[in-house]
Amino acid sequence: MEIKIKLNGKLIKEDVDAGTLLIDWLRAHKCFSVKRGCETSNCGLCTVFVNDKPVLSCSVLVARANGCSVTTLEGLQKEAEEFGAYIANEGAEQCGFCNPGFMMNAIAMFRENPDPTDDEIRAYLAGNLCRCSGYEGQLRGIKKYLQYKKGE
Amino acid sequence: MITIKNYVSVDTVEEAYDLNKKRNNQVLGGMCWLKMMNKDVNTAIDLSKLNVKSIDEDETCFRIGAYVTLRELEMSTSFNEYTNGGMKKAVEHIVGVQFRNCATIGGSIWGRFGFSDLLTFFLSLDAKVELYPTGIVSLKEFRDMKVNNDILLSVIVDKKPLKVAYQTIRNQSTDFPVLACACSNVDGKYNTAIGARPGKAMLVEDDNNILAEVNEETIKAYSEYVMNRVDTISDSRASGEYRKRMVKVLVSRCMKEMEGI
Repeated sequence: MEIKIKLNGKLIKEDVDAGTLLIDWLRAHKCFSVKRGCETSNCGLCTVFVNDKPVLSCSVLVARANGCSVTTLEGLQKEAEEFGAYIANEGAEQCGFCNPGFMMNAIAMFRENPDPTDDEIRAYLAGNLCRCSGYEGQLRGIKKYLQYKKGE
Repeated sequence: MITIKNYVSVDTVEEAYDLNKKRNNQVLGGMCWLKMMNKDVNTAIDLSKLNVKSIDEDETCFRIGAYVTLRELEMSTSFNEYTNGGMKKAVEHIVGVQFRNCATIGGSIWGRFGFSDLLTFFLSLDAKVELYPTGIVSLKEFRDMKVNNDILLSVIVDKKPLKVAYQTIRNQSTDFPVLACACSNVDGKYNTAIGARPGKAMLVEDDNNILAEVNEETIKAYSEYVMNRVDTISDSRASGEYRKRMVKVLVSRCMKEMEGI
């Protein structure tokens, strides 16, 4: 079947197999920030935006994203670099495997709620699992980034 | 692993129904559960074009389209106002925001899963489901219907005077519930839905009018009444005995929350 998807601002038209998952299609288009993790829709590693909403690309058929705008971390370089520095400075990035999915969801949260409380941050990011950091560094990084954005 | 040969975004519900008559065809929901099944699907049926993606409201009811996501329910101001924030409470512990942006009410209700927070919550609201071609049936009746080729189009909640409270016990915050409880008073009538028993949610109504007067004593009696009416069994998350005892606790907590006691 033929699909049309705007991937990171660039329109792509192509034939795909009906059962192709969005994660596989994105990785075939060199969006290697999109990681395969749990395969049970739990870990958040594969988070991307479909029409600006964060979704699990392992659970979305690419056919379902037909006609939509899809954004991966590759398409958010400026925001990612700025925010990523705060995460790195707090030592929140250890193996780094969860980081792209975590950053995508954190950026979605900043857009939806620019002034979240600690509990709101924890609740929004509950679907992003990290086996290294214990989440505290990530929370510190987010809070410092938000403080910086307020003072900008 | 699921494999899919063809994908059809249908233009009419009749087309969806005709396709769904074939055993190897499959109506799509949010794909969160479906993608973990071992199934070879010939044609995946996408209902997106059938006016199933919105929450519509008029003076008499809410009509929630089958493709409305759990996140949209969580964020719906009007439906949360109607349910006194209960809708948000019923879904906010389900995995994470990204998951809830994928999972749909239709997928959750159609599956009649034992772990379903939504089935528990909507049973207590005396909701109905709109099926094609069967028509509108109560969720209570739908719960016990055999899986057939019908197409679930929406969940309907009539606007009646409502009080509702929802509580769960989970081993871990984003896990499936060990037990789910929704108590409500719909148009003056008390009822309680207990889910994750771990079987599919069941409804217990206050047939003996225990709550004719609501106070600590009658809530205690009602909690025990519900506990004795609900079947619970053991699984890897909790024992049946633990669940049974917790029914009483959750009903009591929900009733007190709902009645402000």
